[in-house]
Amino acid sequence: MKKKIKNLNLNFGPQHPAAHGVLRLILELDGEVVEKADPHIGLLHRGTEKLIENKTYMQAVPYFDRLDYVAPMNQEHAFALAIEKILKIDVPIRAQYIRVIFCEIGRILSHILNVTTQALDVGALTPSLWGFEERETLMTFYERASGSRLHANYFRAGGVHQDLPKGLEEDIGKFCETFPKIINDLESLLTDNRIFKQRNVDIGVVTKEDALDYSFSGVMIRGSGVPWDLRKSQPYDCYESLDFKIPVGKNGDCYDRYLCRIEEMKESVSIIKQCLAKMEKGPIKSLDGKISPPPKAEIKQSMEALIHHFKLFTEGYRVPKDEIYTAVEAPKGEFGVYLISDGSSKPYKCKIRAPGFSHLQSMDYLIKGHMLADVPAVLGSLDIVFGEVDR
Amino acid sequence: MKSLQDLEKKINSELTTKINNTEIKHNQIYIETDKEDMVNVALFLKTNQDTKFRQLIDITVVDYPEQNQRFEVVYLFLSHEFNQRLIVKYSIAENEVIPSLTSIFPSANWMEREVFDMYGVSFKDHPDLRRILTDYGFEGHPLRKDFPLTGHTEVRYSEDQKKVISEPVKLEQNYRNFDYESPWEGTKYIKEEIENNEKKN
Repeated sequence: MKKKIKNLNLNFGPQHPAAHGVLRLILELDGEVVEKADPHIGLLHRGTEKLIENKTYMQAVPYFDRLDYVAPMNQEHAFALAIEKILKIDVPIRAQYIRVIFCEIGRILSHILNVTTQALDVGALTPSLWGFEERETLMTFYERASGSRLHANYFRAGGVHQDLPKGLEEDIGKFCETFPKIINDLESLLTDNRIFKQRNVDIGVVTKEDALDYSFSGVMIRGSGVPWDLRKSQPYDCYESLDFKIPVGKNGDCYDRYLCRIEEMKESVSIIKQCLAKMEKGPIKSLDGKISPPPKAEIKQSMEALIHHFKLFTEGYRVPKDEIYTAVEAPKGEFGVYLISDGSSKPYKCKIRAPGFSHLQSMDYLIKGHMLADVPAVLGSLDIVFGEVDR
Repeated sequence: MKSLQDLEKKINSELTTKINNTEIKHNQIYIETDKEDMVNVALFLKTNQDTKFRQLIDITVVDYPEQNQRFEVVYLFLSHEFNQRLIVKYSIAENEVIPSLTSIFPSANWMEREVFDMYGVSFKDHPDLRRILTDYGFEGHPLRKDFPLTGHTEVRYSEDQKKVISEPVKLEQNYRNFDYESPWEGTKYIKEEIENNEKKN
């Protein structure tokens, strides 16, 4: 007697520890081989773009923290740069260094989380325990600068909100001395680990051509051997004056992407060190009173400062009619803001281009023909955070 | 092409009638075209040796409800080879169906689904045009300017029915949109006077 064999449809998530958030993945399985993957997203959709259209430019900044919430300041950076380009204002050099330092801290934060949780997904527990201790240290730097561990709301058009508190620069410097050892420790656990390699080498291979066709960016495209990094190719803030390398993968598999992330963390440490060495005292935001609010002490003395303060926190600053697309190299790839201003103090339209969106889209292409057990490995190496995918 | 000016010339000479307007600002090139020509323009930009816009970065729509041609469709392209960015736009009326780019750029799939979800613009020849970000069974298109910020329905768990139900939004306090926009640079007649003086000079 012959039995008819039907493919099995499996519902992966929305509550699954390896789904890295609220992903509902509908898998069509033939035995243990994945035939088709259909990601259902949007379970974390909050209407960020709609909300931004109804807020002034300054009020819109916190929404960017809530996109990719493991590297909040990188997102704020894109928005701040877009406004600055339209307003044609210069950012003081100290503010540029501070912003770059915190962007690189964000990159380390994001990469530690990704590398260690990817290891967790394929069966290694220890890296996450070691890595999260370092993340905690980095988040206290966030807290000391901005007052908040995660949702910083620190970058402004024209600079940053306030200067670094006393002693923070030294502490970040000390961290840069000790952190490379932690990276080495993590590497000693993973890089030559037989199980880790078996689970990642030759899994989720992306060719150069496909990486371009699927709009990949960041580590996803560099892992496939395309040397493309916006910090180098379209430098913003003070990246031009800094010396750093772009790690590039060879095979485009999960393992190469892991190696790229590890190398990028080392480069980030070097960037932070250079910034700390070059940084001098000076203003930390634009001195234009029509854009950045005056210091509190001045409000008590000067009538003009008082008016500026009042106008900035009620109406907000106006941005002339224009449109612009600005992108930054966020830890996960190209994060862009397409901003249309209409001359009022609220954006007419603010489209957010999240790297994770196009990466997750390729899930079907990446996983076809792989085993079910490879799904978490591939998903982990895509570096998905649902805050930015769903917006 | 090395420089944006060369690129602008190249595009104008190669695509001639398909291009309505080109402009360079913010180190990016902005092109206006028509709905019918979009597929050809995209194909040219992707395949031509002098342009090589291999990546479609994003697709979006801007809503201008007061205009006859209500929606402006925007495509963002990136060329890694020449390190250039390009923006292509065209306007359509409310119920027009526009061509899909999925056959040229596979990544257009979800981007077009998002546009369909958020603005209700339909794509011809799209393999799988479903809603993507909003909830199953959602009605309306949230990013249209005439869609209220608070939405139409809210969900809650009903203890009686033992399931999640959606019902019309009830707000304790309506959303207040304060109009702070008083003139920053002085009152209207002063502004007019300044403008008149500038014209005289």
